[in-house]
Amino acid sequence: MERRKFIKQAALSSFATLIGTDIVFGSKLLDGYVPLAMQDPDPFALFSKDKGMVVLNDKPWNIEATADLLDDKVTPNSSMFIRNNGKVPEELDASTWTLTIDGESVSTKKTYTLADLKSKFQHHTYQLVIECGGNGRKEFDPPAKGNQWGVGAIHCASWTGVRLSDVLKDAGIKDDAVYIGFHAVDVHLSGDPEKEPISRGCPMSKALQDETILAFKMNGKNIPKIHGYPLRLVAGGWPASVSGKWINRISIRNKVHDGTKMNGKAYRVPCKPVAPGDKVKDEDMCIIESMPVKSLITYPKSGALLKKGKTLKIRGHAWAGELEVAKMEYSIDFGSTWNACTLEKPVNRLAWQHFTSEIEFPKTGYYEVWARATDTNGVAQPMILPGWNPKGYLNNACHRIALKVT
Amino acid sequence: MKGESNTSIHVTKLIRLIRLSVVLLFAFIGSMIFFVFSLSINSSPQPIETAVSTEVLDDADWDKIENGIHVRTGLIDSEGLMAVVSNCTNCHSAKLLTQNRMSADQWNETIKWMQETQNLWDLGGNQEIIVKYLTTNYPYKKKGRRAILSNIEWYELED
Ligand code: HEC
Repeated sequence: MERRKFIKQAALSSFATLIGTDIVFGSKLLDGYVPLAMQDPDPFALFSKDKGMVVLNDKPWNIEATADLLDDKVTPNSSMFIRNNGKVPEELDASTWTLTIDGESVSTKKTYTLADLKSKFQHHTYQLVIECGGNGRKEFDPPAKGNQWGVGAIHCASWTGVRLSDVLKDAGIKDDAVYIGFHAVDVHLSGDPEKEPISRGCPMSKALQDETILAFKMNGKNIPKIHGYPLRLVAGGWPASVSGKWINRISIRNKVHDGTKMNGKAYRVPCKPVAPGDKVKDEDMCIIESMPVKSLITYPKSGALLKKGKTLKIRGHAWAGELEVAKMEYSIDFGSTWNACTLEKPVNRLAWQHFTSEIEFPKTGYYEVWARATDTNGVAQPMILPGWNPKGYLNNACHRIALKVT
Repeated sequence: MKGESNTSIHVTKLIRLIRLSVVLLFAFIGSMIFFVFSLSINSSPQPIETAVSTEVLDDADWDKIENGIHVRTGLIDSEGLMAVVSNCTNCHSAKLLTQNRMSADQWNETIKWMQETQNLWDLGGNQEIIVKYLTTNYPYKKKGRRAILSNIEWYELED
């Protein structure tokens, strides 16, 4: 780097000496020249992420956490996964930001400034689980298309904003309203301004829930740019793609929203179960709504060496989409026997729940600790991969960590 | 459609060439002036020469292969590499390709999906070359219904 700066200055000053004046565009010209490899930004510094985060893709940015990085009760920005469908918008000005409510089923199309939203409607803060629909995709066999997420495309941060229902009602919802669809300012990867990278939504019933909010704060601060500054739709418990970032328009639709990634195979699973690897027609794919029951052991990190006779304290989180987790268990014998963990209630609906337990090991050797959550409908996490689907969504198989007692 | 993509590749090459010549020109002028100055102020022109050669190397290294890997994209150097580099790393990085292990059918289907919905162009005869490259160099490995835990980093658990 130093050498580059040096030659740049050397070249510029010599050129200036030659023509006897400063070169106005000189710095720009040479800036553009710095070889691509040198421009590669450091994503950890760029987005204030923990160095332990895993970069799956750098264009577009897709970065996930490891289980142990998600140990906090409220996920800090440094451990929050990043999923982008397009290019991150460059200019984001909160002072001129507006949100328009339109669509076939709005009574009167209305535009609000960000200041309007903040002053006109009551503020609410909720801790909300946002999990990528493809979290765990990596494990499917035959492999499923897309970013190969491990376990870390999930977070539960604290979001502050106004209820989407308050805003929609202020604009007026017609009786024939079925769905909402969001629109945002991010740019398609091909650069085509006519194309939206993603424009998804949810049925009115989800849109009108108390916890579905238009957020302008995350963990008490302005939302980081990469997570949707200055306005993000947050719909906890549903695939993260419903929680649109950089939102500037919401359409109230009289039919299921048909924006980008609502159709084809995106965020859909076969309506009826299929065998692994089966071809499924688009019309036989159904939209994912609530995410399934799931849990993560966030302490200790996999690979612990434990002295014999010591008690192992484990902890983690469990969540169940629209539902609550009713029971949390662990096993150290590959599911032959299960033991109950202590499970906390969620701080609010759609927040994850924390669990702890203490484990004694009968003898030295290799162990795996498996965690299993059961939701209020009595549905538990499977130990092996759940139903295969072409895009590898909804893998809620039990999380496990390896451990040796020495 | 195919012509379009070729044109854009040529344009990119042309821009790179122009960039290179501009820098060489600057570097040359820079060296000359520093050389002249160094005579009077007794500083060595050495660092500049090193710097210049680095810059030139960087550009010539645009498609450098190191240990069988195309450095700029991380793709394996093998038959069809450049067809993949010039058609598949424009919109997203090659990491999206190498993460995915698919059959020829699935690759063809993915390409069709990108052409229909994501502005990917007609690949003509390159499509077969690209799919062959991907299935050969990034083959599908069986994982079963649940893989064993691997790549475990063991550490002493302190309390
Ligand atoms: C004109 C732009 C463009 C080009 C060129 C392009 N792609 Fe894509 N591709 C996309 C977009 C947009 C996506 C969706 C990205 C996302 O959702 O993160 C995508 C996604 C993918 C995916 C993931 C598919 C999925 O279902 O999630 C694969 C694999 C892929 N591309 C391979 C390729 C290959 C191979 C080539 C070269 C033949 C290629 N791409 C060239 C735009 C492009």
